[in-house]
Amino acid sequence: MSPKISPNLQLTEDGRLRHLLTLDGLPARILTQILDTAESFISVGDREVKKVPLLRGKAIFNIFFENSTRTRTTFEIAAKRLSADVVNLNIGASSQSKGETLLDTVANLAAMQADMFVVRHSAAGAAHLIARHVAPHISVVNAGDGRAAHPTQGLLDMYTLRHFKGPFHKLRVAIVGDILHSRVARSQIHALTTLGCPEVRVVAPRTLLPRDVESMGVHVYERIEEGIRDVDAVLMLRLQNERMQGARLPSSGEFYKRWGLTPEKLKYAKPDAIVMHPGPMNRGVEIDSDVADGKQAVILPQVTFGIAVRMAVMSMLGGGQA
Amino acid sequence: MKVHIKNGRVIDPATGLDQVQDVYVAAGHIVGLGSGPADFHPNQVIDATGLVVCPGLVDLAVRLREPGGEHMATLESEMHAAAAGGITSLACPPDTDPPLDEPGLIDMLKFRARHMPGPRVYPVGALTWKLQGDRLTEMAELHESGCIAFSQADARMEDTEVLLRALEYAKTFDLPVWLRPQDAFIGRGGVAHDGIVSARLGLPAVPVPAETVALSTILLLVRETGARVHLCRLSSRAGVEMVRRAKHDGLPITCDVGIHHVHLSEMDTADFNSNCHLIPPLRSLRDRDALRQGLADGTIDAICSDHTPVDEDNKQLPFQESEAGATGVELLLPLTLKWAAETGLPLVKALGYLTHRPAGILGIPAGHLAIGGPADLCLFDPEAPWTVTPENLASLGKNSPYLGLEVLGRVRYTLIDGHLDFKR
Repeated sequence: MSPKISPNLQLTEDGRLRHLLTLDGLPARILTQILDTAESFISVGDREVKKVPLLRGKAIFNIFFENSTRTRTTFEIAAKRLSADVVNLNIGASSQSKGETLLDTVANLAAMQADMFVVRHSAAGAAHLIARHVAPHISVVNAGDGRAAHPTQGLLDMYTLRHFKGPFHKLRVAIVGDILHSRVARSQIHALTTLGCPEVRVVAPRTLLPRDVESMGVHVYERIEEGIRDVDAVLMLRLQNERMQGARLPSSGEFYKRWGLTPEKLKYAKPDAIVMHPGPMNRGVEIDSDVADGKQAVILPQVTFGIAVRMAVMSMLGGGQA
Repeated sequence: MKVHIKNGRVIDPATGLDQVQDVYVAAGHIVGLGSGPADFHPNQVIDATGLVVCPGLVDLAVRLREPGGEHMATLESEMHAAAAGGITSLACPPDTDPPLDEPGLIDMLKFRARHMPGPRVYPVGALTWKLQGDRLTEMAELHESGCIAFSQADARMEDTEVLLRALEYAKTFDLPVWLRPQDAFIGRGGVAHDGIVSARLGLPAVPVPAETVALSTILLLVRETGARVHLCRLSSRAGVEMVRRAKHDGLPITCDVGIHHVHLSEMDTADFNSNCHLIPPLRSLRDRDALRQGLADGTIDAICSDHTPVDEDNKQLPFQESEAGATGVELLLPLTLKWAAETGLPLVKALGYLTHRPAGILGIPAGHLAIGGPADLCLFDPEAPWTVTPENLASLGKNSPYLGLEVLGRVRYTLIDGHLDFKR
């Protein structure tokens, strides 16, 4: 009963990436293309001159309506390695508080000859809204919108998984923690199910799971010992401070005891399983330091791969295919 | 003013009448059905060939946006839009700014409405002062000023003691109380059904218990007080089932549903279309089907537009930050016809949900065709296609989930009190 059939905002008519807003509904070939392109950029970081000229003369605006140092920095590094001009804007503290609407802010920035917007916003769908209203030559990259999506994080997690564990169709993966409020979890789930991962599990108390989460193609486990049994990878999520006590959880201590990843619990996974985390970590809440710093953790490579993945996305959107 | 309406398909859902005949109107009243009075000399003859002639529609929820919402829409614009939708009587909820909580505001609204063309306006007064849920309004005074019922609109009612006393107080004067079942806590901050779409999109959710927990409280208090309660905007399968059982038990309740909820579901919010951001949220397809079933078996008594004009500034926002609501007065009839066509319901039955049934809830002498009764009439072409576009909507609210779609059924004439208030 959909009264309006919307075109796929994210693709051009001939099927190329137009915006990156969510991994929900993006075809596997695009996801794979991004991962493959990222692979070709990995070596750029090791060169003495860490730059390729693919986006020379392009202006990329990092528009952050919600604070983030880490994600903004990796986007900035990625853009600079592609030789683009980068402008960083923290809107949280300026226009919005003066009552300017989101679309007015964006229209003003577009008038400054932007070619690409990297947007983070606290409301789900903000990047979609902007993408619907920008001029045809401007691309939008969603750097996180509310609880909805964080597609570049999802992609860099896929890159990391593929790098360490090989093809997706042979993997069993568990995502552990606050699924309900996590845009990272949603992007991971969409990517994993699209790329053919046969068994995606989510592990959390019922209070931190969307009611109909099974409809996304995942298996629900309440206990971590069962949830990570024999998995190839454990994808931990950050537990936001404001969720640690309240209606959904009694305390961070109880969460740690039941769902925190300790060396003892990690033994339930395959012996060579990898442990991932999108950062920033709460040591002693969702993850034990011995695991975070242990040999199964691939948390720092995730960060490195993140730059290559963001370079891949921006270069594909900017027209310069690697 | 004497009007002779010739050759229309005259439908009166109250009596089951459905046949081609003439209607005669004089001095604001219907003076003849089929045959007119002797020596009837009309000032105007309307050829209604191919048109349905039915009682003017009665809409239980139309936000006219005055006072306080003039940047969204005006009394004048929305009265005109309602007439363009075939509506001849409407109830307006008290969620204006300031809310309709004192007699002066009601007097002003009724005075302004009386002096412009358009439907008869029946204000619903605030149940509590400023809709804050803690202090009763002067219901008896407000009733004397013209309030036909009392409501919290979409404002939450935290204090169940106040709700109990409000029902007792209303019962004292036998005044009806209209309540939209919504728990004060569950689903706060939510904008979408707690289902497969909000799971995917990460939209803050309103679980079904937000409706059913409130409903169970209301039903228990109705049982306790015997107050007449009308339940507004049911949205869930579980809610429909509770109302069905309560009616079976003989509780003095009636119930309505918004027209958009008869058609749309959470699936329509999947592209963050803020025009589908409604209160209550569009729920699952199963819930939608249960609402249709509730209409079919009489659990739900009436369909309303829940007309909520919202300007572009407040809709062109991320879904969860946008203002909820859809424009509705001009879509009420076409979307009801669409529902009737989809479910094979005869026109004479379907129109009952827009005419005598809501009129019965309002307690007004409208919604049926009777000699000597008020000449409130809607003449529409049931087959006429039109596309829902901003230009085709008279309302200043262009916020429709149906923008760009074609619907069937266009109002041609609306007569209110025997006056031709709208003609297309």
